Amino acid sequence: MPRLNMVQAINLGIDQQMAKDDGVIVLGEDVGLDGGVFRVTDGLLEKYGSDRVLDTPLAESGIIGAAVGMAIAGLRPVCEMQFSCFSYLMIPQLEGHAARLRSRTHGQVTVPLVVRMPYGGGVRAMEHHSESREATYAHLPGTKVVIPSGPRNARSLIAAAIRDPDPVVFMEPKHSYRAFKEEVPDEEEVAEIGRAEVVREGTDLTVVGFGAMMRPILKATAEVDEARGVSIEVIDLLTIAPMDGETVCESVRRTGRCVVVQEAPRSFGVASEVIAVINDKVLMYLEAPVRRVTGYDVVTPYFGREKDYIPTAGWVRRAIEETLDF
Amino acid sequence: MPMETIASFEVARLNILDENGDTDIDLVPDLKPDRLVAMYRWMLLAREADQRMLKMQRQGRMGTFAPSTGQEAVSVAAAMAMGEKDWFTGAFRELGGRLVRGEPLVNVFLYYNGYEEGNLRPQGSADRLLPVNIIVGSQCVQAAGLGYAAGFRGEDAAVLTVFGDGATSEGDFHEGMNLAAVWNAPVVFLCQNNQWAISIRREKQTRSQTLAQKGIAYGMPCVQVDGNDALAVYRAVDEALARARSGDGPTFIEAVTYRLMMHTTADDPTRYRTEEEAKEWWDREPLVRFRRFLEKQGLWDKAKQDEMDQEIKAEVAAAVEEFEARDSFKADAPFDHVFGTDHAVIQDQRREFLARLEEVDNAQA
Repeated sequence: MPRLNMVQAINLGIDQQMAKDDGVIVLGEDVGLDGGVFRVTDGLLEKYGSDRVLDTPLAESGIIGAAVGMAIAGLRPVCEMQFSCFSYLMIPQLEGHAARLRSRTHGQVTVPLVVRMPYGGGVRAMEHHSESREATYAHLPGTKVVIPSGPRNARSLIAAAIRDPDPVVFMEPKHSYRAFKEEVPDEEEVAEIGRAEVVREGTDLTVVGFGAMMRPILKATAEVDEARGVSIEVIDLLTIAPMDGETVCESVRRTGRCVVVQEAPRSFGVASEVIAVINDKVLMYLEAPVRRVTGYDVVTPYFGREKDYIPTAGWVRRAIEETLDF
Repeated sequence: MPMETIASFEVARLNILDENGDTDIDLVPDLKPDRLVAMYRWMLLAREADQRMLKMQRQGRMGTFAPSTGQEAVSVAAAMAMGEKDWFTGAFRELGGRLVRGEPLVNVFLYYNGYEEGNLRPQGSADRLLPVNIIVGSQCVQAAGLGYAAGFRGEDAAVLTVFGDGATSEGDFHEGMNLAAVWNAPVVFLCQNNQWAISIRREKQTRSQTLAQKGIAYGMPCVQVDGNDALAVYRAVDEALARARSGDGPTFIEAVTYRLMMHTTADDPTRYRTEEEAKEWWDREPLVRFRRFLEKQGLWDKAKQDEMDQEIKAEVAAAVEEFEARDSFKADAPFDHVFGTDHAVIQDQRREFLARLEEVDNAQA
C-alpha cells in the first residue's frame, strides 16, 4: 500500500471519483494550472482537461452558485474555497439555496455538491488563514459538515462526500495536510457520512475530537494511560453534522467520564453540542462533569501568538487527569 | 424602426513617461523638483524593503507576504497625490503607498511576522490609513461608505481604494462601484492590474478588453494608465481626487503594471507562467525609467544615487533592527480588544488562559 499524506490522499479520492463518473467537475481559484495552492488538485487538469477542472475567476459566491446550478442539472461539482475564511462570501448560495432546495421541493430538486476548504491554525499563516469555523456551517440545516483527521479517512470521506446526495462542506485541517503519512490502499474506500469512529478503545474516560486535534488527543491519552495505568477511549467524530451522538453516548455510558476537544472558539461550538447530546441521553451515567478543551472566544490571533491559543497535548492531558480525579 | 446606436463610449489611456525616461511634456504634472525626488525615494525605499523582506522570509525571519516589487509606481504616486484628510484603503500589495501615508516600516515587519501591533497607527498620526485587506475586493464596498460619510459630514476629503485585477471579479467590487456611483461618493477606485491573480492570467479573469471600461457600466469616468509610469498615475489620481472633492463623484482608474515576483512567498510562479514573460516586464519596471527622467531633468546623477542607496539601506536596516530587538508581546492582548465593552465570559477565559500559561512556565522552570 502506498504511504500518502492528506493532500495526496484527497487528491487520490477526487481522482478516483472523477475516473468513475464523468459528471464530477472540479472548480475553484487556482485549482487547475497551479494544482491548488496546497496542491490538492494537482495533476487533475492534465488528466481530465479544462472542461472538468475549471480555474475560475475570483468569485466565491460565484463558484458555489454556479455549482448549485451544475448540481441541479445533474453534475457533481467539487468546489474549492482557497481558505475557509474566504468561504463566507458563498453562504447565501449555500444556506439560501444548496441546503434547502431539497426541502423546498420535497426532494424533486437536489444539490449534490461538495465544498472543500482548508481550515485551522498552526501553520504560521497570514491573518484570515487560520480560523476554525466549522460550527458556522454545522449550524445550517440541510448542510453536512465532514472533517477528516488523517490521509486514509480523508480519502474515504471525500469519496463519500462526492457521492452524497446533499451539499457537503468538507473541511480539511491544513495543519495535518503534510504532517504525517498513512498507508492508503489503492482500492476505493467509501466512508459512511454521519458515523463517528472509535479510534482507541478504553474503559475509564472518553475523549471526543476531530480534525487536527486528533493527534494531540492521541498523544495525551497514550501518556495518561502509561502514567496512570488507565485506559482511555478516543472518538473521532469525522462528521460534524449530522453528528453521531449514538457512538459518543454509547461510549460515555460505559466510561462515565468525557473530555471534548476543539480548536475553535469555545462558545456555541461542536464541543457544546457533544455535551448537549450527552446531557440529553446519558447524563445519569456521568461520574464527573464533561470538560471542554477549546480555543477562546477571541478573534483568531495572528501567528505570532497563535501557539498559546491552540489546544496542545499537554492541555488535553491536564483536562483528562482532572476529569479522572474528579 | 431601424436599430440605432443610443450610446457609445471611449476608453482613454494615459502614459507620460516612457521606458527611456522621456516624457510628453504637456502632460507632466506640476510637481516641484523636491517632490519628484521624494517620489523616487519612496519607490526606492519600497523596493529595498520588499527585497529585504523576501530575503528575511527565506531565512525564516519573516512570515508570508505579498511582494510588491515592480508595482511601486502605482501606490507611491497615488498616495502622494492624496490630501491629508483623504482615506486610504488598499489590499496587500501597496507597500510603497502605505509608507507614503505614514506607516512605519517596523509596523510592516510586525504585521507580516504575525503581530497585530503592526496595524497600530503611530501615536498622534492623523493620516487615514486603514489596515491591509486580505479578503479580495472587500475594501471596495467600504470605500463607498467612507466616501458617503465624508460627504455627509461635509468634509473636504476623498477616498482612495486600491485593489488588484482579480478583485474585479468579486461581487464586492461591483457593489462598491455601484454604491459609490449611485451616491456620487468621493471615491477613487484604483485597480493595480498586475496581470496575474495567483495563477490566473488577466485574460482568464475577465473578457473585457480593458478593466478601465468597467467604470462605464457604473456611470463613472474611467481611464487606463501605464502603471509603471509614476507621473501618469499621479496625474490620473490627482485629477480624480479633485473631481471627487468637488462633488463630481467617483472615478475608476486601471493602472497596468506587472507582478514581477510571486503572488506571495508561498507561491511558485514557475508552475503557471514563463520566466521570459517576467523578463520582458523587467525592462519596463518603474524605477529605472524614473531615474532616467530625473537625470534628464538635471535633478539626478550617480553621486546622488549612491548617497540615496546608502541612506535607504541604512533606514531599512535600522527598521529591521528595531523589529528584531522587540522580544516581548503581551500574550493576552487578544482578550483586550474583542469588544469595546467588558464581558465576564471574556474575562473568565482570560484568567483561565493566563493561569494555564503560568502553569506551563512553572513546569518548564
